[in-house]
Amino acid sequence: MSLSQKVIEAMRGWTFAMEPDAQTKLSRLAAAQNEFGVDPFGLNLDFTVAALAPMVWLYKHYFRVEAVGAEKLPEGRLLLIANHSGQLPLDGAMIGVACFLQGEPPRAIRAMVEKWVPSLPFVSTFMARAGQVVGTPENCRRLLAAGETILVFPEGVRGISKLYKNRYQLQEFGQGFMRLALETDTPIVPVAVVGAEEQAAALVNVKPLADLLGFPAFPLTPTVLPVPLPTKYHIAFGEPMRFTGRPDDDEEELERKVKAVKAELQSMINAGVQARKHVFW
Amino acid sequence: MSPVERDGVAITGIAGNLGRTLAKILHGRERIVGIDRRPFRGKPKDLEMHEVDIRRNKAEGAFRKGRIKALIHMGIMHDPRMSAEDHHSFNVLGTTKVLEYCVRHGVRKVVMLSSANVYGPSPDNSNFLTEDSPLMASQRFSEVRDLIAVDMYAQSFFYRHPEIETVVLRPVHIVGPHIKNAPSNYLRLPRPWVLMGFDPMIQLIQYEDACLAMAAALRPGVRGVYNVVGPGEVPLLAALRELGRSPVPVPHVFARPLLRRLFDWHLASFPPPELDYLQWGCTVDGSRFVKDVGFEPKHTLRETIHSVAGD
Repeated sequence: MSLSQKVIEAMRGWTFAMEPDAQTKLSRLAAAQNEFGVDPFGLNLDFTVAALAPMVWLYKHYFRVEAVGAEKLPEGRLLLIANHSGQLPLDGAMIGVACFLQGEPPRAIRAMVEKWVPSLPFVSTFMARAGQVVGTPENCRRLLAAGETILVFPEGVRGISKLYKNRYQLQEFGQGFMRLALETDTPIVPVAVVGAEEQAAALVNVKPLADLLGFPAFPLTPTVLPVPLPTKYHIAFGEPMRFTGRPDDDEEELERKVKAVKAELQSMINAGVQARKHVFW
Repeated sequence: MSPVERDGVAITGIAGNLGRTLAKILHGRERIVGIDRRPFRGKPKDLEMHEVDIRRNKAEGAFRKGRIKALIHMGIMHDPRMSAEDHHSFNVLGTTKVLEYCVRHGVRKVVMLSSANVYGPSPDNSNFLTEDSPLMASQRFSEVRDLIAVDMYAQSFFYRHPEIETVVLRPVHIVGPHIKNAPSNYLRLPRPWVLMGFDPMIQLIQYEDACLAMAAALRPGVRGVYNVVGPGEVPLLAALRELGRSPVPVPHVFARPLLRRLFDWHLASFPPPELDYLQWGCTVDGSRFVKDVGFEPKHTLRETIHSVAGD
């Protein structure tokens, strides 16, 4: 057994130790794996379980996530639309763990990653084996047609690199997710993440450095590197929203629908921020 | 009916490894007329062969002798060491010429062997590129510019000649023990380079399966552009592991300049843009061909991978 296989084996053990039901939960997840242990998108279930270990630990012991509503997600294909923040995409990971641990039935979700991710060594392979897919419309359509749940952050980079002073203010939303929902007749579930927006407070965005490194943004945090602080996460899954209409409708019509989702998500976020006792506990 | 009177199937590039395999599949079923400037070793006696360059007017003779009902055109050459002009002349001019012969001699079907390489590997690629995806390969990859030119020429031919059923096949990497294309050569290396931290999904098709796809495209009624995939997707490193190779991880920032030097000094036979295939995916959706033609590869994924080494 090679070193990397040993590491994966040990990590899998860690996941199962923290979540004894993980094995049964996994067997319920239909994954179309071939004889080389990958599905057509490159997801490897053993690898995913191993990669889950640190995420489950963060979920249970670091961010101490409290999630509500994951158990009543509707069956079938689904678009999860969430606020994005925190410099590192841990909000996406925590939403994924919530769907896996608390979903009824458990769900493996796919987050649509930025187009620059495939250009990063190691990160690209890690993401692919853990089932994360580049967020092209074509990929989304294909996954939804196969009945999968996908997570989209319509704020994109504007969200994850937002400055501390803009916390919990949704940035501009793209329209892509709404076109997809209409085209594939997929219900939208807004997901409000409270806690992540304080985990790594960005004071300024050093744009020249970002351009130099080819990063979408280069935020400076009090810790210089965006080390996430142990804020307490609250994740709320909302009621499914269904839209009808033509995906190629004029911008204004689409914008009206996008605004409805954005308004719902913003009010869920505001309620979450008000309801919590403290940023850290 | 005597054999010469039966409507024939012309095959360009028949003397190559792929061409000979295709000839074997169609032999007995069809009257085959071979066209290639190279001699056809081990040619069956009853196979009519024209040893001529497709660019020369003499090649038209193959279409005059007996009626030709279909052309399978795979006379496309990829040689990274050849000058760009020679390459272009043979591939693009050759294709133009041979399609002209088809129009003049009432050929009803043209099957063009293109390649899924026309899409090109890229970090922005969707995981399963469909036939209407843009042909972006030439942006990075001047070596496949001809291939794209030929593919686009065949597409315009499709529209200009509705009386001819034109099929453009874009198969994924064709592999086999005697196949000498870049992916097969690469997979045969005992210590192939890989780019550190990258492990893209790859698609392969066994050479006999690729020939069966061409034969299937002859069926009347089949027309249009089709991706052709083999038995599925596999991570590059898993395929190398399956073959028992010892990959050498090279950081991607050094790999390109290094390979450029080695290639210029004739110490490496892979042109540097081929490294893109080790970094990003160029995987395609072959479901349209499966749906319209009912094509299914005969070899499993494991057999396909092993076919490259001939074991």
